[in-house]
Amino acid sequence: MPTVSMTVNGKSVSADVEPRTLLVQYLREHLGMTGTHVGCDTSQCGACVVHVNGESLKSCTMLAAQAEGADVTTIEGLANGDELHPMQEAFRENHGLQCGFCTPGMVMSALDLVQKNPDPSEREVREWLEGNLCRCTGYHNIVKSILAGAQALKG
Amino acid sequence: MTDTGIGASVKRVEDQRFLTGNGNYTDDINRPDQSHAWILRSPHAHATLKSVDTSKAEAAEGVIAVLTGADMAADGVGGLPCGWQIHNKDGSPMLEPGHPPLAVDKVRYVGDQVAIVIAETRDAARDGAELIEVDYGVLDAVIDMDGALAGGSLVHDNVPNNRCFDWELGDKNGVDEAFSKADHVVSIDLVNNRLIPNAMEPRAAISEFDRSTGQYTLYTTTQNPHVIRLLMGAFVLQIPEHKLRVIAPDVGGGFGSKIFHYAEEAILTWAAGKVHRPIKWTAERSESFATDAHGRDHETHAELALDKDGAFLGLRVATKANVGAYLSTFGSSVPTYLYATLLAGVYTTPVIYAEVQTVFTNTVPVDAYRGAGRPECTYLLERLVNKAARELGIDPVEIRKKNMIQADQYPYQTPVALQYDCGDIPASFESALKAADYTGFEKRRAASEKDGKLRGIGISTYVEACGIAPSAVAGALGARAGLYESAQVRVHPTGSVTVFTGTHNHGQGHETTFAQLVSESFGIPIEHVEISHGDTDQVQFGMGTYGSRSLAVGGPAILNACNKVIDKAKKIAAHIMEADVSDIEFADGKFTVAGTDKEMAFGEISLAAYVPHNYPIEEIEPGLDENAFYDPLNFSFPGGAHICEVEVDPDTGTTEIVGFTAVDDVGRVVNPMIVAGQVHGGLAQGVGQAILEGCVYDDDGQLLTGSYMDYTMPRADNLPSFSVATQSVMGASNPLEVKGVGEVGAIGSPPAVVNAILDALAPLGVEDISMPTTSQKVWQAIQDSNVRQAAE
Amino acid sequence: MYQFNYQKAGSADEAASAVSSAEDGRFLAGGMTLIPTLKQRLAQPSDLVDLADVNDLAGVSDGGDSITIGAMTRHVDVATSNVVQSKIPALASLADNIGDPQVRNRGTIGGSVANNDPAADYPAAVLALNATVITNQREITAEDFFDGMFTTALEDGELITAVRFPVPDKAGYAKFPNPASRYALVGVMVAQTGGETRVSVTGAGQDGVFRAAEIESALSGSWSADAAKGVKMSDDGLNADIHASAEYRAHLISVMASRAVDAAG
Repeated sequence: MPTVSMTVNGKSVSADVEPRTLLVQYLREHLGMTGTHVGCDTSQCGACVVHVNGESLKSCTMLAAQAEGADVTTIEGLANGDELHPMQEAFRENHGLQCGFCTPGMVMSALDLVQKNPDPSEREVREWLEGNLCRCTGYHNIVKSILAGAQALKG
Repeated sequence: MTDTGIGASVKRVEDQRFLTGNGNYTDDINRPDQSHAWILRSPHAHATLKSVDTSKAEAAEGVIAVLTGADMAADGVGGLPCGWQIHNKDGSPMLEPGHPPLAVDKVRYVGDQVAIVIAETRDAARDGAELIEVDYGVLDAVIDMDGALAGGSLVHDNVPNNRCFDWELGDKNGVDEAFSKADHVVSIDLVNNRLIPNAMEPRAAISEFDRSTGQYTLYTTTQNPHVIRLLMGAFVLQIPEHKLRVIAPDVGGGFGSKIFHYAEEAILTWAAGKVHRPIKWTAERSESFATDAHGRDHETHAELALDKDGAFLGLRVATKANVGAYLSTFGSSVPTYLYATLLAGVYTTPVIYAEVQTVFTNTVPVDAYRGAGRPECTYLLERLVNKAARELGIDPVEIRKKNMIQADQYPYQTPVALQYDCGDIPASFESALKAADYTGFEKRRAASEKDGKLRGIGISTYVEACGIAPSAVAGALGARAGLYESAQVRVHPTGSVTVFTGTHNHGQGHETTFAQLVSESFGIPIEHVEISHGDTDQVQFGMGTYGSRSLAVGGPAILNACNKVIDKAKKIAAHIMEADVSDIEFADGKFTVAGTDKEMAFGEISLAAYVPHNYPIEEIEPGLDENAFYDPLNFSFPGGAHICEVEVDPDTGTTEIVGFTAVDDVGRVVNPMIVAGQVHGGLAQGVGQAILEGCVYDDDGQLLTGSYMDYTMPRADNLPSFSVATQSVMGASNPLEVKGVGEVGAIGSPPAVVNAILDALAPLGVEDISMPTTSQKVWQAIQDSNVRQAAE
Repeated sequence: MYQFNYQKAGSADEAASAVSSAEDGRFLAGGMTLIPTLKQRLAQPSDLVDLADVNDLAGVSDGGDSITIGAMTRHVDVATSNVVQSKIPALASLADNIGDPQVRNRGTIGGSVANNDPAADYPAAVLALNATVITNQREITAEDFFDGMFTTALEDGELITAVRFPVPDKAGYAKFPNPASRYALVGVMVAQTGGETRVSVTGAGQDGVFRAAEIESALSGSWSADAAKGVKMSDDGLNADIHASAEYRAHLISVMASRAVDAAG
């Protein structure tokens, strides 16, 4: 089996995997990083969103081999010890999560939005979330969280 | 009073782990030497199993075992049980055909389980499954209810006309008499669209068998681990409770769909005992679509009798409900006692008669989904009332006010079995009208018209019954188990507390809300409280989380256990402080002796309870650990008013929700932040049902909405920010005075949305539309109305 | 997914020969369609040849009266390209509404055009703008390229390297999304280039993207939203499914065409 190496949350990692291994399987099954979730098989729910080389994408729709040499950030890589990242903190403050399953993807997607658009409107947030499904919150508090997180990150 | 007690919007304690990727969902768990399963499922909706040849699959690389329904039958494994017995009009019991976990002689829906392949990896199991050769004898499928009732193909050979039962409730003769005196009769035909629940976490399970102890363990995505242990252990696999541990770790949403005992749980547990390896199975989303129990799916004809002034005289309802191919755990109760008992709604209709036929079809079983029966009832009533208002030329607000139960009429005995304990719907309604600026609507309509848009406003006023359930009542109605709840409050020596609850948290925030109850009760910080749930080896017993019951039934159990702790602690305090127990007062976490400055902290008493030196050992045992079981006096009855405002683009038929106001009476609010979040989520599911979501099978029983490519999930850009508020009459049927909030959003909202759309389309002559009111349907309704009007 | 061999090609020639010599080889561009297809076991290629490391396949170049977009240029890069935004804003806007942000961060124009999904957006742009598809072997006009749903003029082992779009005088795109998948239920691009009016429709046709002659002639007479909206399209040859009847799609073509004209200005 080919060896696939990359940097995940700042650490160099390597594993021997079948070519058909998805990036999300590499993270969850080979590295034991289960914060990134799988919620569908048609690349639509966004529970698996991670950053690869600084941009959000769906780790269920990328082979691990395609991420050879890449710099990957997952939900596990955001907090500084017990101190939450400002976007994570905004989700906590604004009750932007309920069951928590979509949350990692939501947070990672939100971070890509605010790096591209530091001061988004409510409409822009709602449109950006096209690729992230949530069944619990009605999105109301997720949108509120992202707007608050954007402001916190602007400082 | 602490600042983390009842009424505070405490930030959720569970969030830290979810936000950092440290949640512990079933698929995140891996057991030593774990194997993986793939379930081979039927591609046909209805077929005999002529043969199942597993030999090639068994020989495939990495495959450990392949097991079929024949293997299960040989081991004497039982069928999946239904938890609620309904009786026919003639008093005979409903027909309950067998529900084998792995199909034996026949498959009855696309997705029905045919075989399990256990292998070293998931891919190897799936590769192996493709090598199983099944010879199906394809039969005609019955999909629509009328076709099923008309006979033809039988889903179960021993169920004539595919009718599971034919049930009634209410006063048939009284209703006939009311209709004979009516000035007006308004009738309506409605479909309550079939929905696919879609909790974001797909179902998953891991089973294992310990050969040294004979102990089985099942990790599973359930809302009620003890119920699964009871049903699976006692009825399916004959494993006694002390040899079966069921763990529901973090669960990624349920909405009802994870209440039921599913075939995969039994198959995996049984198989683990055969292969002596832990086995993991996680559903693909497409399997979730095909095999999670669906919701709703009613067809109803209803008639309302009114006098000349618009007062309701009687209601007659005939409903057909699809139960799918097999009776799921609560499949029989949802379209009966959770539905027709609410047909009075918020109105004083004096006589009501309902009949419900349930029908087997070659589709996945239908069971409880957020609201379970009450959304179907509310949709029927609120569409019918709006239609009556239109036909009689009465304002929709006025017809509701005229017929609404007034605050001073509670407790209110309805003609359909329930007694509403308390409430004040007129007050919620007034607040909602004000919050939605109902009187300013015509101005907004005119503004929209200038932009080429049709604007409409729609109302729904509702009451629901939850806090399931007073056990004696439930038993009298056919429930095969009581529905009390248990709690254990264990105070540790230094004063921190672990609460064991039989309810289950899968997004509702119990770890916070329940800790608030304890914080309030003991006057200790919330950080000193841990809520434990979801493991049958830790929690004594429990009925789980559904029917908005966790706080209304589980909460008082916790409160009662806390009170037992305080009573015992007072005795210890009295002994140590050398006072009479009647002089001991407890407040703010301190035990004091009345009229003195003597005091002891909560933690000092707990320490004394566990390391007794100076202790009343002859009067009471050491320790500070109390149990309570709580059974409510009655259901609780949340209610309220929802008002929706829409803009319809007549060129495309697209609906935009431009405003949504909900004022709900949920009784006492423990955590306002969490309560608002629960309402938001329910509203989104209600709006989803109204506008977007609908399950479609083709005539052969193939699921056309089998993925997110075709089943329209509400997305962020489909929804507005909601205006939600609570306006409560404190609950009268439990000591916490709570009512329940998990389902109100999904119950109240669909008719508000559809009434708004019909209001928008009224100027074009459109009078009816069915859910989901997709763009296509709205556009088609406009075209049909144009054609009709041209013809007239 | 079934098992397959995976390799990265360093050049277009290497990629083409790797695919040609494999038992059943496929190019892997962004993978936004191919990987979901593999996950559902709807395809079983023997080899995937990843184009990510092929030089010179990504990027937008300004040719004055045309722009050329490399096959591996991602949707997000087309959407945010200064060249595309200034020369063919309708194309930037189209790219900005393909899929969701994560799809736009991965998906490529070459992959989309080669796949010719009947509900994809790019084929409408290629056809209405009269673009030329450039491969490692030849140049193919838009008219000759699309050949029914999921079918193109590409030969085995033939690799799209770029698409060249003539700069129109004006152009606009309007999409009515499928409510579930968000692919185009109906997407219409209108363009005027050197006196020629072209209108293409994606999402609606049983044979994939097509030109709407009725609307082209209406707009040739009068370039206005009303002219487009006034055309009553026939529903012959249009798709019908649970989301839209053929009749509804026919209606939406006129409405989306009128909105595309509004967008074009």
